[in-house]
Amino acid sequence: MLIQEQSRPGRTAPAQAPLHMADVSDLPAGLRRQRRAALPEVSELQAVRHYTRLSQQNFAIDTHFYPLGSCTMKYNPRACNSLASLPGFLARHPAAPESHSQGIMACLHELQDMLKIVTGMHAVSLAPAAGAQGELAGVMMIRAYHDARGDHARREILVPDAAHGTNPASAIMAGFTVREIPTGSNGDVDIAALRDAVGPQTAGIMLTNPSTVGVFDRNIQAIAETVHEAGGLLYYDGANLNAILGKVRPGDMGFDVIHMNLHKTFSTPHGGGGPGAGPVGVSKRLEPYLPVPLVIRDGDAYHWQVESDRPESIGRMTAFGGNMGILLRAYIYARLLGAEGMRRVSEYATLNANYLLARLKAAGFTAAYPERRASHEFIVTLKKEAKEYGTNAMDFAKRLLDYGFHAPTTYFPLLVPECLLVEPTESESKESLDGFVEAMTKIRAEAQDNPDTLKQAPYTLPVRRLDDVRAARQLDLAWKPAQVEG
Amino acid sequence: MSDIPNDLQYTESHEWVRDNGDGTVTVGITDHAQDALGDLVFVELPEVGKQLAAKDACAVVESVKAASDIYAPVAGEVVTVNEALGDTPETINSDPYGEGWIFQLKLADTDADAGLFDAEEYQQVVEDEA
Repeated sequence: MLIQEQSRPGRTAPAQAPLHMADVSDLPAGLRRQRRAALPEVSELQAVRHYTRLSQQNFAIDTHFYPLGSCTMKYNPRACNSLASLPGFLARHPAAPESHSQGIMACLHELQDMLKIVTGMHAVSLAPAAGAQGELAGVMMIRAYHDARGDHARREILVPDAAHGTNPASAIMAGFTVREIPTGSNGDVDIAALRDAVGPQTAGIMLTNPSTVGVFDRNIQAIAETVHEAGGLLYYDGANLNAILGKVRPGDMGFDVIHMNLHKTFSTPHGGGGPGAGPVGVSKRLEPYLPVPLVIRDGDAYHWQVESDRPESIGRMTAFGGNMGILLRAYIYARLLGAEGMRRVSEYATLNANYLLARLKAAGFTAAYPERRASHEFIVTLKKEAKEYGTNAMDFAKRLLDYGFHAPTTYFPLLVPECLLVEPTESESKESLDGFVEAMTKIRAEAQDNPDTLKQAPYTLPVRRLDDVRAARQLDLAWKPAQVEG
Repeated sequence: MSDIPNDLQYTESHEWVRDNGDGTVTVGITDHAQDALGDLVFVELPEVGKQLAAKDACAVVESVKAASDIYAPVAGEVVTVNEALGDTPETINSDPYGEGWIFQLKLADTDADAGLFDAEEYQQVVEDEA
């Protein structure tokens, strides 16, 4: 039941009501509400029960194994949250002057430096507020770079077909056209097709490595040379940075620009749409175009660099300094780990993925790229099970929920039919990985005996199988009051 | 096994083409394509009057799993689109070769069917994918 549906006129929770009515008389009359907002009128106890119940119904990393491929749903250490919630951070006004913000600016400056070192890039801006915004910043910088050189013909961005859907979207948002590059059956980019595709129109390539099929592209050096020789730049999508953290640096692979998903690799809470943080790192030639603000250090003092200090910047992407609370949590996480700990992250993330893949293969499941070692994630294709039992990947995913596991990513990437993209992360114990294999094996036995068991799943959750087709066909996104009082 | 009528021509990207015998063709997606996409929830139709080259992306079908481009199987001008799909995209699932047609093209030249597959060749395309 929605909280609006519990509303009764006149019922209030005085303790939660504001002490004073805000004075809005200085707002233009045309912009002021003509009638009261349709806010729910409930008691304090009703509000407490409602949100407590919602939190209990949540399927989250704090309650369940959450192997959602490509999302890196790792444990969010409590220390990061409690330290980022220190009053000195929480109570700082975003418009406070530099002189009153030296502490947090020192943290941000150190975070810029740590991200530079761990990715091998020349400079970092923390400004973008999400991975997709980091992507947009990245391709806008590529465009600014070519434009500044008068190289206006470079209007095409190459995107492998295993890429995240956000890659082509970001390129088009920045005014580019997109050309797709196929993936070979071994999971690597088709290098011959890439060589045919590059030319004087090539602005750059957007690449995720390890890619979304869960393997490290072994031709990265040839890819970098091919694109650079054609005059294009290399963009690194940091979605899968967790697999190589502290081990391999995108800067060393030849990338000119990279975005990092701090909410993935650096363990800030995510899911449900944010908040995130998508810092961008660049090679030397792209530094002038970084989005502002940046934090610079001058002796013992930290300063903001803004539009007037960086006239060639692509500009400002967020209010103030970006998602500060998220940046702080990532900073604390990085400080807790140190350089040694970061290497351990990728070692355990890849070990867990390869252990889980090996056990699933031994249990008779089909790996999409059987001859390849997994990076931090891998793809199982349920094509065989779909054919033999008539149960698809979604049925397996829904049934997993009944066994206490969040479903892996389903039907992504699109090039593998009936796929589950599984990313266990470094956080999980051997026991939870074994439990997942056991559940998958049991579900397959159920599919064999009675496929309907899967098709009706889940049975044990607050909601049963949702009608996603009807939800998409009849969009109903806003609650409307049954009747609005005049 | 998906339905592949003998009287139609096909593309590698799973469109079907019906020659209407009057210089126009009707285009839709195959039974195999609708089955692979799953329940369709949205169709973006091409603009009437638009000139298309063969293999131009000209429409989009979206299911709960994925959004896919539809390509012009041959060169021509869009003369009619199936407006009814706006309200009932599921028609493509239930009747891909009939009521689920997507648009009609006026052929740019008479030799337009070069490069299209017949039913037998398309059957092979589908089998190779499996």
